[in-house]
Amino acid sequence: MRRLNFIQSASALFAITALIGLSGCGKPGDSNASGEIIVGEFASLTGKEATFGTSAHEGTLLAVEEINAAGGVIGKKIKLVTEDNQTKAGESSTVVNKLISKDGAVAILGEVASSRSLEAAPICQSSGIPMISPASTNPKVTETGNYIFRVCFIDPFQGTVMANFAKNKLKAQRVAVLTDVKSDYSKGLAKFFKEGFTKAGGEIVSELDFNGGDKDFKAQLTTIKGANPDAVFVPGYYTDAALICIQAREIGLNVPMFGGDGWESEKLLEIGKEAMEGHYFSTHYHPEVGSPKSKAFVEAYKKRFNGKTPDAMAALGYDSAMLLADAIKRADSAESGKIRDALAATKDFDAVTGKTLMNENRDAVKSAVILQIKGGKFTYMETINP
Amino acid sequence: MDWIQQLVNGLALGSIYALIALGYTMVYGVLRFINFAHADVLMLGAYAAFFIAPLSAKFFGAESLFGALAVVFVAAAICALIGILIELLAYRPLRERPKLTVLITAIGVSLFIEYVCQHEKVFGAATRSFPTLIPKHDIIVAGVHLSSNDLIVLVLTGVLLFVLWFIVQKTKMGMALRALSFNPQAAALMGVSVNRIISFTFGIGSALAAVAGIFYSMRAPGIDPLMGVQPGLRAFVAAVLGGIGNLPGAALGGIVLGLLETVAGGMPGVSNYRDGIAFAILILILLFRPSGLLGKTTVEKV
Repeated sequence: MRRLNFIQSASALFAITALIGLSGCGKPGDSNASGEIIVGEFASLTGKEATFGTSAHEGTLLAVEEINAAGGVIGKKIKLVTEDNQTKAGESSTVVNKLISKDGAVAILGEVASSRSLEAAPICQSSGIPMISPASTNPKVTETGNYIFRVCFIDPFQGTVMANFAKNKLKAQRVAVLTDVKSDYSKGLAKFFKEGFTKAGGEIVSELDFNGGDKDFKAQLTTIKGANPDAVFVPGYYTDAALICIQAREIGLNVPMFGGDGWESEKLLEIGKEAMEGHYFSTHYHPEVGSPKSKAFVEAYKKRFNGKTPDAMAALGYDSAMLLADAIKRADSAESGKIRDALAATKDFDAVTGKTLMNENRDAVKSAVILQIKGGKFTYMETINP
Repeated sequence: MDWIQQLVNGLALGSIYALIALGYTMVYGVLRFINFAHADVLMLGAYAAFFIAPLSAKFFGAESLFGALAVVFVAAAICALIGILIELLAYRPLRERPKLTVLITAIGVSLFIEYVCQHEKVFGAATRSFPTLIPKHDIIVAGVHLSSNDLIVLVLTGVLLFVLWFIVQKTKMGMALRALSFNPQAAALMGVSVNRIISFTFGIGSALAAVAGIFYSMRAPGIDPLMGVQPGLRAFVAAVLGGIGNLPGAALGGIVLGLLETVAGGMPGVSNYRDGIAFAILILILLFRPSGLLGKTTVEKV
């Protein structure tokens, strides 16, 4: 009797799930019916990399509000539909499918992390919906297809910048690399850094791996210490990077640590505290340097979000939405295919993070900045042009 | 000197696993099921400490020894209560049902706690910075860096293991606990209050999980609602490795696993497969000793 009950309840559950699934299939491409252009956004608003998603989302939101306040584009308002992927693998494809098929988004904005952009890109590509990633730097993201764009530089550039920085500015000859093997971003950046650094005449003395979300790095760091490096490159995300810097100090590994744009978050300082002092990372922009346009953005962002200073992810989120609006205007249409063509033809777009040119791989070509953590703050060191 | 440093790293990590593993093994000893929510009690312990620390800093001053002890004590008490409540609400009504039902319920309770805590009105999913409970000092002996946190973890784990051994072996409550794990019916007939002993078991196990959660967060001061999953899984494995239901076995299993992970993690080229290697060795051990390192060979089961 009990078994029968189990089968009954299981089939009931199955039926309910199927019903929910069916009701989820709306009619796509209805975006113009209400006179609005529907733009989907997916971001890691919660979870391990929540500050990335939140910053990018706030930047995007600010851009959309400014566009709409100025009367929208081609006479229509933009409606932003945002979904949270909780920093989880597998969640991005679910929410992007929903944004396209249920909400009828004509374009998709997102994500910061390369692994999650790579999850969504094939869906956007096969549905013929243009996708603009604000800050995914792994080259594979736009290699997915001709509908995928980004408004940031890519890791071969960032890796080379950091390699030259380590060799020339830090005067490091022997560098150890600690890679997050769970993240496409980290693996890619580590690879390009190693290539660049050995080409510049440096030596990689130790290569160790960890899994993003690990809490204990002392095993790896002890081995790195044994290899006696001049500096350690940690191309990971901010939570892991902060814990790595803390534990490095604990085992007496007192050399400069440096990383990429994955480090840029207030959480890095909040978790790492004094263990972060004197370390370096490369990123897309710094609020204190830049064009008048950049300064205006910083002002507007502070006003909108209670005095919060926008980080690079916020600036790139803003740029991605502004670029999309610009492309819609140039295409004079909210049709996905025409938006794509306009995006691909982008030249000299005046973005907050610098002049943006779309190259033939749909990657933005722009400069990088290097910051140092000094006195509990990110301080500007230098700008490096492509 | 590297290998001594790695030994210290591994022991400190392993002793945290040992503390968590004790909770799994105690519950298995009396109820014969795995309490998967145990890992989340660890997380709740860390969050309890996170919220109590500012209060205790007001009374005892920031980063003081008494303040830290107060934080650990209150967090452990809160988690003991939560553990008892979980058993009372989720497992007790299912006591007479098949063990599988309780096991699935345990997974349900675990997911429930994780996702409720991730809601922005509760803790939120973002990582938070865990406060410094006691000032850190690095002690350098012959080139080996001993962090004061690691030392505290090692010493306190030793003390807690001794206290637990004393409770189980030397007190009336402990005798009842052993009787219950030996034969529940007979124990009940001899006048052992089964429900009280089970609540006691959950209380002790959860308090240990809270302490482990605080130690874990002292080493890696970033806490989030899913932080219990990884150490929880490893401690569960440690409990099986040592022989589930066996208290010294759980402690030994935890330390062995901690050392294995550290050795694998520190090897260039294989650090990628750190968990894979630790778990492969575990499978090997279980192939040759299916009941775990210390399982069955000892008479005592708790």
